[in-house]
Amino acid sequence: MTTSKETEVKVGYKSPIVMGSIGLLTLVFLGLLGRDGMVAFEISRRTDSLQLPTLDIDSSLLGVLAGLAMFALAGFSLSKAIKNLKTPIWVSIVFGLVGVTALLGWLAAEKSVPIAFIAGTALVLAVPIILGAMAGIMSERVGITNIAIEGQLLTGAFMAAVVSSITDNFLFGVMAAMVTSALVSMILAVFSIKFLAQQIIVGVVLNVLVIGVTNFLYQQWLTEDAENVNFPGTMDIIKIPVLSDIPLLGPVFFENRITVFFAILIVPTIWFVLFKTRLGLRARAVGEHPLAADTVGINVGRTRFWWVTIGGSIAGLGGAALTIGNAGAFGREMSGGFGFIALAVVILGRWNPIYASLAALLFGFSIILRVWANQVSPGIPTDFITMVPYVVTIIAVVGFVGKSRPPKALAVPYVKG
Amino acid sequence: MSEINKADNTMPQVMREIFSGGLVRTVISILLGFLVGALFMIGSNKEFIESLGYIFARPADALGAAFAVVNDGYGALFRGAIYNADAETFEKAIRPLTETLRLGAPLIAAGLGIGLTFRVGLFNIGGTGQLIFGMIFATFVATRLELPFVLHMVVALIAGIVGAALLGAFVGFLKARTGAHEVILTIMMNYIALYFFTFLMRDPALLQETRASGNPKADAAAETALLPKLLGDNYSLHWGLIFALLAVVVFWWLMERSTIGYRLRMVGFNPDAARAAGINVEKTYILAMALSAGFVGVAAANQALGTAIGVTPSSHANIGFDAITVALLGGSSGPGILLAGLLFGAFKAGAPSMQVFGVSPEVLGIVQGAIVLFIAAPPLIRALFRLPKPQTTNALESIRKRIFTRGGGSK
Repeated sequence: MTTSKETEVKVGYKSPIVMGSIGLLTLVFLGLLGRDGMVAFEISRRTDSLQLPTLDIDSSLLGVLAGLAMFALAGFSLSKAIKNLKTPIWVSIVFGLVGVTALLGWLAAEKSVPIAFIAGTALVLAVPIILGAMAGIMSERVGITNIAIEGQLLTGAFMAAVVSSITDNFLFGVMAAMVTSALVSMILAVFSIKFLAQQIIVGVVLNVLVIGVTNFLYQQWLTEDAENVNFPGTMDIIKIPVLSDIPLLGPVFFENRITVFFAILIVPTIWFVLFKTRLGLRARAVGEHPLAADTVGINVGRTRFWWVTIGGSIAGLGGAALTIGNAGAFGREMSGGFGFIALAVVILGRWNPIYASLAALLFGFSIILRVWANQVSPGIPTDFITMVPYVVTIIAVVGFVGKSRPPKALAVPYVKG
Repeated sequence: MSEINKADNTMPQVMREIFSGGLVRTVISILLGFLVGALFMIGSNKEFIESLGYIFARPADALGAAFAVVNDGYGALFRGAIYNADAETFEKAIRPLTETLRLGAPLIAAGLGIGLTFRVGLFNIGGTGQLIFGMIFATFVATRLELPFVLHMVVALIAGIVGAALLGAFVGFLKARTGAHEVILTIMMNYIALYFFTFLMRDPALLQETRASGNPKADAAAETALLPKLLGDNYSLHWGLIFALLAVVVFWWLMERSTIGYRLRMVGFNPDAARAAGINVEKTYILAMALSAGFVGVAAANQALGTAIGVTPSSHANIGFDAITVALLGGSSGPGILLAGLLFGAFKAGAPSMQVFGVSPEVLGIVQGAIVLFIAAPPLIRALFRLPKPQTTNALESIRKRIFTRGGGSK
């Protein structure tokens, strides 16, 4: 990977330019040329005990306001760029939120927007992506490219459904999912570390293999005997007392299945371990400069092996979130590209667990938005809404929204010598 | 006299070279892949599982059941993909082979594209997206333009190649310009292309079938644009095979004989050395991605112009991903990819007849995955079978020279 020296010294004006253009598009298409009619943002669910009033605003007025707010943020970014400073990440996050609000308002002209429902579903949909991305981050931070997230998610989804059905116990299902996905990760780790195979190829091949195995077993076994082996149902929804009564935040965050709570907890944990502990420092050293790490006595191969393996078990949990945490049964190739989205999310989040999770929410949001947009205003080409996160990822990797730099030794096998 | 002695000395070295070479490893990987598939077939077979209960009393039962299921499964694969001895006439018996050729053709063409990037040290995971872009262009020409017979088909084919190549070149441009990794770019492009294609097929003004129904689907290609049948109307085999074979020849010439190919291989071997030698590495990346996607475009035209029913969002048939396994198995060489494409084409052709025997054809996905997994790690196979390490001598080459060069290869 070649980076010219100029780009490292100068921040450049790419961020303000991109933000300004998106702001202009929002102002014109969602605002000035937008749709008339009032939009009601429902903060409370209709079933909540505490009812807050809805926020009503004209759809095109909202578009104009959002466009102007986006201009303001672009201006802030410009002022930073002039001083040769990077645009802070919170600016991008606020920018994204404003854009999303404008889009929701545009879609739901003359209708209402159930915020809690949309945000809650987006979170549930994002959980497998978040956990898959954690596997990606843990593996890429130590220098092993993980294209096999898709396969790890699928393995977890399959095992969780089958083992939960057979044992009638979700705990066993989750454990089986985590262990088996860790085994898949071990293949990636061993092939990359011991056999020095091309990591990207091993990853792609593992996906092919897992898809092959699960498809075969699904066809040969799960469809024949679905009642006994593929009928796990979903885990119970846990309501955390007091906290789940908070308007908006309560139903979104504190009234969920255990997989969602686990995801909410694991993300800061991985962040803490990675950036605040000696363990994480060593892992990052292995990913950035394995020779230096080796010189100071860190076992490069072993570090890589365990980080990739444990990452795999977390992806396995993400797979479990697909079946016993959402759908209630295993379906053929049900991970449907979530693993590749997780890969994008890793990069979009700059190999940082917290930013990656926010990016995963963007994808989760785009999935629910497509479903919901079809209901609230049919005829809108939702294909473009689905496309947005992928386009954003490309914009991010080509370096328009701050350079995302991978760990230096990524995909480079380390040979002691 | 001295000539013979020399030959004697080189023989063990020759054997070592043969066993360390890719061919032996490839054959072993394929056999192991079929073995893994067989184990899955046996393990999921009801008679076998029942016979396990009394395996120590009557082990022959278990073995018999195991043999029967593997025999049934792979036998059905052979009958469905190569030659069906049960058919009444020879014409019908040979039909499976023509299906293998028909289904293998796009895999070969796309496999060449992916293999080309491997040779340049790039990973093109975006076969699907490029295939879809090629289909968009080819379908547009085939359904929205009116041209005379043959010319229409040729224009549509070229449009498919150009459409795919444009997307490939765009990815190459982004990589060359910004240093972004092509794996991420191509994966994202797969999704963008798919949703874009779906969008086009939802709008009658764009690509949707004129008798619009709700589902995204394009018009059938005009009859003048369809790839002509190769063996008459009894077989579905069409000119797609000829174009795939032509692509193999072009690929071989391009990579092994042309200056461009030399440059591509040089960048793949060592980009820094290539740069020092005055090669514009960035431009080479763009060129490589465009050429790669161009080959995928041949497969795209094959999909868009091969059948008289209109394309749908799933018409890419996962060829873009399968092509990766084809390129890996074929060792990124023209002849290798030809054979690998035919093998995986046979898997696709034979799948339905396995279903008839109660063996889920999905097992072939396992075989395919296992084969390339073994291919991906040469040291693993070498360790398992105690094969010698890659040899840097050229004893084999000297024999080849002696046989194939006039004058016994004396310098």
